[in-house]
Amino acid sequence: MQTFDLEARGLRALNESLQAQSQQTNETAWEVVNPRGSHAIAVGLDAPIEVTVNGSTGYYCAGMNKQASITVKGSAGPGVAENMMSGTVIVEGDASQYAGATGHGGLLVIRGNASSRCGISMKGIDIVVQGNVGHMSAFMAQKGNLVVCGDAGEALGDSIYEARLFVRGSVKSLGADCIEKEMRPEHLEILRDLLERSGVDAKPEEFRRYGSARKLYNFDIDNAY
Amino acid sequence: MCGIVGLFLKDKALEPRLGEMLTDMLVTMSDRGPDSAGIAVYSEDRDGFAKLTVQADDPGRFAGLDRELSERLGCDVTVRIKDTHAVIELPEGQIAEARAALKELRPDARVMSAGEVIEIYKEVGLPGEVAKRFDIPHLHGTHGIGHTRMATESAVTTLGAHPFSTGADQCLVHNGSLSNHNSLRRKLAREGVHVETENDTEVGAAYLTWKMQQGHSLGEALESGLKDLDGFYTFVVGTKDGFGVVRDPIACKPAVMAETDQYVAFGSEYRALVNLPGIETARVWEPEPATVYFWKH
Repeated sequence: MQTFDLEARGLRALNESLQAQSQQTNETAWEVVNPRGSHAIAVGLDAPIEVTVNGSTGYYCAGMNKQASITVKGSAGPGVAENMMSGTVIVEGDASQYAGATGHGGLLVIRGNASSRCGISMKGIDIVVQGNVGHMSAFMAQKGNLVVCGDAGEALGDSIYEARLFVRGSVKSLGADCIEKEMRPEHLEILRDLLERSGVDAKPEEFRRYGSARKLYNFDIDNAY
Repeated sequence: MCGIVGLFLKDKALEPRLGEMLTDMLVTMSDRGPDSAGIAVYSEDRDGFAKLTVQADDPGRFAGLDRELSERLGCDVTVRIKDTHAVIELPEGQIAEARAALKELRPDARVMSAGEVIEIYKEVGLPGEVAKRFDIPHLHGTHGIGHTRMATESAVTTLGAHPFSTGADQCLVHNGSLSNHNSLRRKLAREGVHVETENDTEVGAAYLTWKMQQGHSLGEALESGLKDLDGFYTFVVGTKDGFGVVRDPIACKPAVMAETDQYVAFGSEYRALVNLPGIETARVWEPEPATVYFWKH
């Protein structure tokens, strides 16, 4: 285990050390202490390493992640796991706005609540939130799965393309072109797998599925000016 | 961007440290807005006394002001000079006369705040420099609000810095921008409420003061602001014994709050809160959009 004191050694040294790890590195376990809400912790990683951040983080933690497994033992500021490509990011507390924004792949798990715009413009990432999500979550979501074990705020899935949204609790309102859809066996299977991989104890049958009505992004003369 | 910090103390034992804690929080937020900074502190209430904080670019202008004001008002007036600001202490009930006298005696001096307990210090410059100039770390108080500004809606000047105070013991700081401040300014003018600058935030502050003059509580004034104020805002407001927070319904301007038995704290980012006592076990949360939070002593 490599322990890195962020306060003593600084952000640039941390990210350089983590980004320098190769595919075959033997230094696979890293612990970051004294994060103190700093921005851009553990960004741009591209190796199968495990990073544990002991505390809360500021903006853009674990952004652009590839392959790495990053755990935040606290809450995360805006834009956690933004544009993730692969790997896993776990936030043990809450996440601020636009968690997992534009993510292409990988799994983001938030044990607490996520605030507004969770999964905005998601492009293939899987996001599992054990608590609630705020307004405008999955706005313009294109691909991937957003699982919400609690409630969803206003305008869920506004202008959504082809992402799947699963919500166990209430949905305050659905955004433009987002509708409730039938939960078919293949969806229950996707959900079961995501809940299991996230370590969440919930039954897939308790969720409802939402997605695109496909009326907004297909050309329709009534939508033209 | 702009950075906001706020601290509302529940534990009296922390009151001597208010200025020091607020300064530390505000300095941490320096990179959110380095052009000007300000702090409002609510200090001890001396029965029968009130105070004005005034600013003049040349502190030499405060020389002899205590004697001149005492003579004009016919009562004892003390003046504490701190760099470009001076805190004028005078008997309660003399505020209006003192303001009128100041306009004649020192027409170039500008009133930053008036009330029984509030003092406001603000200037162009980094938070650390501004705090040092006014010796903010040594201020005692029950609650306080700080702001570091990245100007968008009006010029970088002392008067454009936050906090804004438009009513006795009231102040407001703002992260964001109001888009209907010109029409609201005209509407308030028709109601007899005048603001001093071109700044959007001052209009927001004057709006809340106007609502409270009509008998609304701060909480109610903030609720009606959700309807009448258009634009982006995270507001932190102070009154003589209260502290409030509200975010617009879109809530893109960041906010983190923490509460323990000793205090309620606000920061634009969690970074601002990390040195507070007991923060590891505090309840930390992000205030909900379009929701009024309010604490009172």
